[in-house]
Amino acid sequence: MAEISKRNKPLSVNPLKTSQPMGASLALLGLDRAMPLLHGSQGCTAFAKVFFVRHFREPIPVQSTAMDQVTSIMGADDNILEGLKTVCEKAKPAVVGLLTTGISEVQGADIRRVLKSFRARYPEFQEVKIVPVNTPDFNGCLETGFAAAVRAMIEEWVPAADAGETHPSRQPRQVNVLCGALLTPGDVEALKCLIESFGLQPVMVPDLSDSLDGHLSATDFSPVTTGGTPVAAFATLGDATATLVVGASMNPAADLLQERTGVPAYRFEHLLGLAAMDSLVMALADISGKPVPARLERQRAQLQDAMLDTHFMLGQARIAMAADADLLNAFSRLCAEMGAEVVAAVVSSRTPVLERLPVAQVKIGDLEDLESLARIRGADLVIGSSHAAGSAQRLGLPLLRAGFPLYDQLGGYQRVWIGYQGTRQILFDIANLLLAHSQHAIKPYRSFYSRKFDYQQEASGHEVATASVDSGLRR
Amino acid sequence: MKVNDIAALLNEPACSHNLKSKSGCAKLKPGATAGGCTFDGAQIALLPIADVAHIVHGPIACAGSSWDNRGTRSTGPELFKIGMTTDLTEQDVIMGRGEKRLFHAIKQAIDGYSPAAVFVYNTCVPALTGDDLEAVCKAAEQRWGVPVVPVDAAGFYGNKNLGNRIAGETLVQYVVGTREPDPPPVDPNRPNLKVHAVNLIGEYNIAGEFWNVLPLFDELGLRVLCALSGDTRYREVQTMHRAEVNMVVCSRAMLNVARKLQQQFGMAWFEGSFYGINDTSDSLRNFARRIDDPDLSARTEALIAREEADINTALLPWRERLRGKRALLYTGGVKSWSIVSALQDLGIDVVATGTKKSTEEDKARIRELMGEKTRMIEDGNARTLLDMVREYRADILIAGGRNMYTALKSRLPFLDINQEREHGYAGYRGMLELARQLTRALESPVWAAVRKPAPWTVLEV
Repeated sequence: MAEISKRNKPLSVNPLKTSQPMGASLALLGLDRAMPLLHGSQGCTAFAKVFFVRHFREPIPVQSTAMDQVTSIMGADDNILEGLKTVCEKAKPAVVGLLTTGISEVQGADIRRVLKSFRARYPEFQEVKIVPVNTPDFNGCLETGFAAAVRAMIEEWVPAADAGETHPSRQPRQVNVLCGALLTPGDVEALKCLIESFGLQPVMVPDLSDSLDGHLSATDFSPVTTGGTPVAAFATLGDATATLVVGASMNPAADLLQERTGVPAYRFEHLLGLAAMDSLVMALADISGKPVPARLERQRAQLQDAMLDTHFMLGQARIAMAADADLLNAFSRLCAEMGAEVVAAVVSSRTPVLERLPVAQVKIGDLEDLESLARIRGADLVIGSSHAAGSAQRLGLPLLRAGFPLYDQLGGYQRVWIGYQGTRQILFDIANLLLAHSQHAIKPYRSFYSRKFDYQQEASGHEVATASVDSGLRR
Repeated sequence: MKVNDIAALLNEPACSHNLKSKSGCAKLKPGATAGGCTFDGAQIALLPIADVAHIVHGPIACAGSSWDNRGTRSTGPELFKIGMTTDLTEQDVIMGRGEKRLFHAIKQAIDGYSPAAVFVYNTCVPALTGDDLEAVCKAAEQRWGVPVVPVDAAGFYGNKNLGNRIAGETLVQYVVGTREPDPPPVDPNRPNLKVHAVNLIGEYNIAGEFWNVLPLFDELGLRVLCALSGDTRYREVQTMHRAEVNMVVCSRAMLNVARKLQQQFGMAWFEGSFYGINDTSDSLRNFARRIDDPDLSARTEALIAREEADINTALLPWRERLRGKRALLYTGGVKSWSIVSALQDLGIDVVATGTKKSTEEDKARIRELMGEKTRMIEDGNARTLLDMVREYRADILIAGGRNMYTALKSRLPFLDINQEREHGYAGYRGMLELARQLTRALESPVWAAVRKPAPWTVLEV
């Protein structure tokens, strides 16, 4: 449906993309007592840490194998062994994610082989679960790295139904949820509540709402995550009644889970807007065999009312948006539902979902592309991360902050976008931003003949008269 | 960059680490490292040069997660805030197209943004595949007539300090001395004033804090030819060789620049700081002392007397509020003592300080300031810091941003003193801001609230 235009310039200016190892780290941070270990130079980790600390305003556990000049050339297997050993000893994690970076991928590191040597050499750390994920920087983006990590977790820890002696629906109330990178911790929490309201027991994979929701815990310090999906939960995924999949990027992980366990998957590309939420609620009613709670019906009615109230502002609104593919897809569909048009769509990296995007054209590019497309096509509003603030300012347009990173506002990580209620708030926010920046007012016209007595004497009377030529309704 | 060159840079004769223990330049430990890489250090050191296009040559990770995250400020151009990277793809790496992409990227930056110069930062992947950065930069410079400077500081070369040094070395090698300064502007009110040119090395104008100090330089007739690198333009770096004195501000990492400039141009240099009343006064005096101008010395003393009197009056109520509060300071290198003296100026009791990157001289100064029994923290991982806070009954932890959330999670007041911070503490006026931020943290009513358990949990006991 959408025409995909490729990157066509050598320099990326004001990059939109965040790297794959960052996405994989984020997925790891949604597991309980976890530690991502980046196989690269120490900067790979330091940048990732600062990035997430600024976004979440939380301490972020992440470590490095600290490749240096010698090991980059001569081989850094020992760095992996020593790094894993040190992390296991010092931080006592339940889970370690061993993630590659650009430098270790170019070097050709074989993390799975080294992991085997580690297991042989250090049996004392047998209890620590370690998941290897290939996440080169020069491919993909945050969303694809996140999805790759979730798929690797399933690959490592979910046994096939016959080997693990699991079978679908043994736990009739358990529902697995594969949560894509487009969901904030706030979204994950809201989704959990929604599922629970049908009397079901959700297992979120990963569960950022339990680790990075910004909570103050009783202990003063932990070197690893203090919440998230317990790694033991992976062995139970095969006993669930259903798997909900949120985000098209999670499809490969969902395919693998379904293939291994036979648990039926209900797939949702996103959960913004009436249509998407209706299909989720129908699925939950179907899975649970229970009627839809009255409260949800009320929330749906509230959203419908908000759609009426805001269609005046959102109808034909021209939106410019830059994000990873799933989030871009979610907002584009919501815009389409409201009669708004995404006139400038920029995405960080190519993924299968782009072809289905309800926009005329999508550009694989950076925020400079967003800025120029928004200018050419006369956008009214920008949707993007804090990095887009400069672009929005230069364009003179309001910015709705969404995606990664959000560092110039507080609480971005806990914003609930999904659901009837979340969507209602998005509609209000967009409408309010458009109202405040309205450029559609008719320009005052000062008549020459019908002049008011309080007009100031103009410097040149002729100018007033000729003004009629280019007056009237103008945008 | 060749191994020999890196070794030469690590061996900095002006750095006292060379004579004593090299604890500040320790080898990295896999699984237990903290801190940035060489690329990070080079970028931090040079990025504040405001009218330069800073291109990061590498895959997305290096620029993608680091652009636009520094607190440095500019009076004019904002070009340095535009993130630029070649964003190398798998195909570029496999097919060896990195050099070609870089060459065209430089053209795109020049065409699109008319920079005063282009700086190209090397990163791990092209360093490993062997892109010839220097040759590409040279060819691009010749082709388009804009200076293109290669900064060969790939991440795996080492730590952040090395990156600072490479950055300094690069400027000395490629930029300094390529232009003569314009004649100094004449103040119509003081047409006969003898104006002296100075440089500041390692001053980053974080949160605009140097603007607290710069008016004093104007008053004294000191012309800052170049501040490396806060609120700086490429043209200013070119003229650094014409200063009379260099001041190395709060950073050992760029000592090599001061030393090279001394060797090549005979410039005197000193280390100083603008944190705290005494250190600010000392730094101003040091300029006067090294410039042979009795009139300047007299004016400097008069200015110091006036400023100190003013700030001491202004600080009176604040000192009252801060007196006897106990702070645990954890920061690297020179800042370990310069901040101690600033805190003591405010009546704060500094109970322990970090010395991970400090030299023997730094430590001697700390002992001088804090007494012989002072506890020095060598390894400040989060756990150790929190334990020490408890042991020393500290009221506040003062450290870099990376430790901020560690402190907050343990319900401990915290003050950020690193380069990501939002407040400027330099100069006499900066002391007021420091006092304000300290009281804001210490006197907040939230501490009682967050330490209070939920009432129903108390009832059960």
